[in-house]
Amino acid sequence: MIERPAGPPHWHDNRSVSAIMGETCLALLPGIVCYVWFFGWGIVAQCLLAAAFALLFEAAALRLRQRDPRPFLRDGSAIATGLLFALSVSPLLSWWASLASIAFAILIAKHVFGGLGRNLFNPAMAGCVFALLCFPEQMNAWPPLAPGAAVLAPGEQLGQLFSALGGAGPAADSLSGATPLNAMKARLGAMDTMSEIATAPMFGRLGGAGWEWVNLSFLLGGLWLLFRGIIRWHIPAAVLTGVFLTSSLFYLYDPDLHASPLFHLSAGGAMLCAFFVATDPVTAATTNRGRLIYGGLIGVLLCLIRIWGTFPDGAAFAGLIANAFAPLIDALARPRVFGEQR
Amino acid sequence: MRELHDFPGGLRLEPRKEITDQKPSLLHPLPERMFLPLQQHIGLPAEPLVKPGDKVLKGQMVAQAGGYVSVPVHAGTSGTIIGLAEHPVPHPSLNQAPCIVLEPDGEDAWFDIRPTERYDTVEPRQLQSLIRDCGIAGLGGAGFPAHVKLMEGVDNAVDTLIINGVECEPHITCDARLIQEKASYVVSGARMIRHAVQAAHCVIAVEEDMPAAYAALAALVDDDLELVKVPVRYPAGGEKQLIKTLTGREVPSGGLPIHIGIVIHNVATAAAVFRAVTRGEPIVSRYVTVTGRVENPVNLQVLIGTPVKDCLKTCGYEHREENKVIIGGPMMGIRVTHLDMPVIKTTNCVIVEENAPLPPEMPCIRCGDCAQVCPVELLPQVLHWQARAGALEAAKEHHLFDCIECGCCAYVCPSRIPLVDDYRQAKWRIAQEEEQARGADLARTRFMRRNQRLEREREEAKETEAANGAETETASPGRADKKAYVQAAIARGKAKRQNRRADAADRAEESAND
Repeated sequence: MIERPAGPPHWHDNRSVSAIMGETCLALLPGIVCYVWFFGWGIVAQCLLAAAFALLFEAAALRLRQRDPRPFLRDGSAIATGLLFALSVSPLLSWWASLASIAFAILIAKHVFGGLGRNLFNPAMAGCVFALLCFPEQMNAWPPLAPGAAVLAPGEQLGQLFSALGGAGPAADSLSGATPLNAMKARLGAMDTMSEIATAPMFGRLGGAGWEWVNLSFLLGGLWLLFRGIIRWHIPAAVLTGVFLTSSLFYLYDPDLHASPLFHLSAGGAMLCAFFVATDPVTAATTNRGRLIYGGLIGVLLCLIRIWGTFPDGAAFAGLIANAFAPLIDALARPRVFGEQR
Repeated sequence: MRELHDFPGGLRLEPRKEITDQKPSLLHPLPERMFLPLQQHIGLPAEPLVKPGDKVLKGQMVAQAGGYVSVPVHAGTSGTIIGLAEHPVPHPSLNQAPCIVLEPDGEDAWFDIRPTERYDTVEPRQLQSLIRDCGIAGLGGAGFPAHVKLMEGVDNAVDTLIINGVECEPHITCDARLIQEKASYVVSGARMIRHAVQAAHCVIAVEEDMPAAYAALAALVDDDLELVKVPVRYPAGGEKQLIKTLTGREVPSGGLPIHIGIVIHNVATAAAVFRAVTRGEPIVSRYVTVTGRVENPVNLQVLIGTPVKDCLKTCGYEHREENKVIIGGPMMGIRVTHLDMPVIKTTNCVIVEENAPLPPEMPCIRCGDCAQVCPVELLPQVLHWQARAGALEAAKEHHLFDCIECGCCAYVCPSRIPLVDDYRQAKWRIAQEEEQARGADLARTRFMRRNQRLEREREEAKETEAANGAETETASPGRADKKAYVQAAIARGKAKRQNRRADAADRAEESAND
């Protein structure tokens, strides 16, 4: 903390980093509620666990760096990282996998770069990619869709979550299933056409049963953030446009091999990415024009990774790649200054 | 009706003008002691004309302009000069500055001042020296010598003269009160300036939330002057922002309003010009809004040099530790700790506010809210990094010097970073470096000239030597020749030594530059 001179302005709008992070976390609530309804209580436990781990590592890192941890624990950024991580990984990810991923997220992706405000890569997404690469089996095992049912019987999922270190494999088939994005990838690989695949009940109306509702509620939370002025429209709009245009291109080319744009928009982590991950101010571009380019890049990459990549969803990878480009984008998309030649 | 344009960024702030804008102003009594800083304006400080013990009259010049970009200082009342000393002044970076100290005698007797017969027959050059001799510096806050701006208008074609009555900072109502109480001064002053610069158009601008001031002006203006209400948004009264609002044109980056054919003066400056022309009266007093946590917030007509403490007392306030005092508005004003410091020509407002502890400064999270509100469309978040990292060249490239220090960025910063302080410091450091570079350039030029001179001397010495040598061959050297020979040898040796030294200095400088 720097000793500050009491210079002007003497007034302030009283918004704070804590308030921004706090509102972001609150805006995740509708999505979380929806998630619980369709996939059970596992996600809540995962969220609490990840947030607690994140706070723990944040405090440890600040201690190691000989900083006063209190203002940084109160700023809410660690909690936001924990929640975004939890919502991007399988609710069945065991506690120790979660612990390792969060350690990577907070210690390596955040504090090695200098902590809050200085990290080049989004810590939650770095943690998510860490989990994808280190624990692929667990990350592909999702609780089966059971609207309402799982809410009433939380026991089994929690058992999986808190499984002992040695005995953690993919759970019994009764407990885990594939996500629609996963299933689509597998069946396209098996030479099925989209029209055949889409008849399966798990594909629901738009982006997979359950998933379309989860995405819709994240969209709702995102709109709230927009309304509150926490985020601006440029990044989410550009991400969604990027996803829409890229998937449309493929869909128009061959609708038998490619899912519809609406499926891509409402499947997997599309909305979470557009409104909560890509809009992380620290790692995004900061100029309005830069934000449009940055968001568009994420949208296109997300779609390409889904279509061509080995991983079913591309949100985390797309986010990290765009993070790396953000400083360059900012440098190139510098706006005209008042009074400068047009 | 003039079509209004939008300027980028800006903020809606709570106006708080209703506290003082309907109350008639009060005449502040004579203070016990007055402090007249030699520098109350932008440019060179004034040079004192008086010494301790001198008796002066009200309106008498006590310090003359220190150069072209400078204005004189006048005694605010009759009395005795009791000193010329360092005293606290309202300045963003200096704590103290030289002031003439005046002890009033209570007579308030005027110096012999004379009106100019008719302003419309006066030569613009004559008007310029009149305005300068009356000590008129921009009364809006910046304090730029009015005659310099006026002459820019005389020497160049002026399309529009803008008289700025847009008090966009919260709390401040001194211009609003001045317009309501002295509308005729403002309007006549505007006509005088317009005549001097021969402007094709003249616009007087006030804010939409100043209906009383608007009405007072509307009663007086004819077809020759346009009266315009601009929307309430901070910083609508900034020079560049107001020009954009009224004309749709942008003052070029690094340029002046005159570059696009515009001259802009504050309403109080116009009123001061009117007094100067019609009465020969210099600036000795001004309107100051005293507001906030004082018992009787009101506008005061204060003599320049009156201590701020006295103004606060007149409004029923004794300083308490839990409060802080701000000179200027809440967005751009400076916090002062010495309440002995005087009201100067640019002091428009004194605010007493609760001294609430500031929350800690957090790191920048690059939210970019600052860039959204910046009226100059800068990237404050980038400038912040550059300023803190000492990347001054990069900051200059990012138009640091276009920053008007309005404070919008720091107002919205969720991390509570004192951005304006950062920019001021960076600007100051760049100015320092440029000053040093200028010094180094001067030294380099001097050094080169010296080398050339030495070279010339060596050549001359050689010639002398050659002539001497020729002589030695033909005849035995006389005593005088011997002396010349020795002197030439000494000169040669000296030149060699100096040359070596010069080379060494050259090398040292080169390595220093690396």
